[in-house]
Amino acid sequence: MMTRRGLLEAAGGALAFAGGGAVMAPARGAGSTNSGLLQLSPLLPAGTRSEAVLDTLPGKKPLIKLTYRPPNYEAPLAYLRTAITPNDEFFVRYHLADIPQVDAATWKLNIGGEGANGNLQIGLDELKKLPAFEVVAVCQCSGNRRGLFQPHVAGEQWGNGAMGCARWKGARLKDVLDLVGLKKEAVEVVFDGADGPVFDKTPDLIKSLPVWKAIEETTLVAYEMNGEPLPHWNGFPARIVVPGWTAVYWVKHITSITAVTRPFDGYWMKTAYRIPVGKFPLVARFISQETAVTTPITEIVVNSLIISPADGARIRAGRKTAISGIAWDGGYGINSVEISADNGKSWTEASLGEDPGKFAFRAWSYEFIPERRGKLLLAARAANKIGQIQTQELIQNPAGYCNNVPQTVTLDVS
Amino acid sequence: MSVEETALRWTVIFAALAFVPASASADEPAVQLKQAPGVDVVAAQCGACHSLDYIVMNSPFRNAAQWDAEVAKMIKAYGAPIDPADAKTIGDYLKENYGG
Repeated sequence: MMTRRGLLEAAGGALAFAGGGAVMAPARGAGSTNSGLLQLSPLLPAGTRSEAVLDTLPGKKPLIKLTYRPPNYEAPLAYLRTAITPNDEFFVRYHLADIPQVDAATWKLNIGGEGANGNLQIGLDELKKLPAFEVVAVCQCSGNRRGLFQPHVAGEQWGNGAMGCARWKGARLKDVLDLVGLKKEAVEVVFDGADGPVFDKTPDLIKSLPVWKAIEETTLVAYEMNGEPLPHWNGFPARIVVPGWTAVYWVKHITSITAVTRPFDGYWMKTAYRIPVGKFPLVARFISQETAVTTPITEIVVNSLIISPADGARIRAGRKTAISGIAWDGGYGINSVEISADNGKSWTEASLGEDPGKFAFRAWSYEFIPERRGKLLLAARAANKIGQIQTQELIQNPAGYCNNVPQTVTLDVS
Repeated sequence: MSVEETALRWTVIFAALAFVPASASADEPAVQLKQAPGVDVVAAQCGACHSLDYIVMNSPFRNAAQWDAEVAKMIKAYGAPIDPADAKTIGDYLKENYGG
């Protein structure tokens, strides 16, 4: 889809490339006034650190731009300070660059497939007539923290911010499927959205869920995020919400929901978004898609972040210092967060904040008095209610998923 | 670079970029690849589907075999219509300028 605006921008692009040093590059993002937001981990690849800038998409606050097209923008750590992430601070992730502005008035959702008893097309008003449910849930990209892998692996080089937590409102996917009725032979439910590839030979992002997960009462076709319509960049007018599972299943701009009686074999299921069998302590399995060697990524692994103070901050020796952050997992609930101020030798329990639900960010806080001047290495690690704890050693895997090694923050005690 | 070569390069790059979908951000032109042999082919062919910051972001940790595999993946898995001669030019450029 080529628009006049696109043409003008493309022409600008041509000038910038061709000119090399001779043509001034346009001012980039809002970096000069928001430099505190652009905190890039020293663990990221050098190329990522040179290319990431603060940039402002329409309707968003400045986010950390990794790639312009398709747009992949992560939240600065400061945006993750609360259990709920505001819509305009929520990260943006697309695989493919043809992203239409969907018109709510003409949008249609197709429901059916050979695993269903019929086919139906509904509009937004009809979706909203179904009973509405709300869930507070973390939406986290499977590859969040990929950029912190050592050695590096190819892909979107995310730091810590390819995630957010929102209150999602919508119809239960189960109720949507009940409009047509599932056959007992149905094994998976397949999702496609309005966005797609530039070339038609590029596999469209089409994902499936096992029926058992699709009909769980927390799995939604959501049309609201934090009390507002979904932002364009987060899937307007409706997206799939799969609490506990990574964001690749949360198909945006949803246009079709199809029940199938055989495992869906598209590229984004069969080849991409897979992890080695048996390497991660995941409970939820996607059996119809498993091979002897690999299996689809499913749940979010237990994880935590120190949000404040920021890495590199100065604190005073002998004074009480407040540390705060968040912890989350795949929906078992956070049991504890521990803090280490001695490079992981000893751990002390932090206080957990309000519990907004088992799929949500859980805020935590901790106070201590640093005694010695110099560099202080702080780390946090979370455990969930089924006894899973963050790994001390990175679990290597080819696509760089499930990185839940404790984040460390270096403070300057003076 | 001669005036003719410069004009040709502009034409090639403009022709390639004029048919890509609008970027999400007006700042995409700020991405500057290293000016070296093959950069125009890279800008045209890779830039048809994605912004060129993908290349810089995934550097400099990738070795020659990994860059070759990436070009092959774009053609085989993602259906990029790139002929073998251009694929070699792109691979050579990436290895030379963004290799690890």
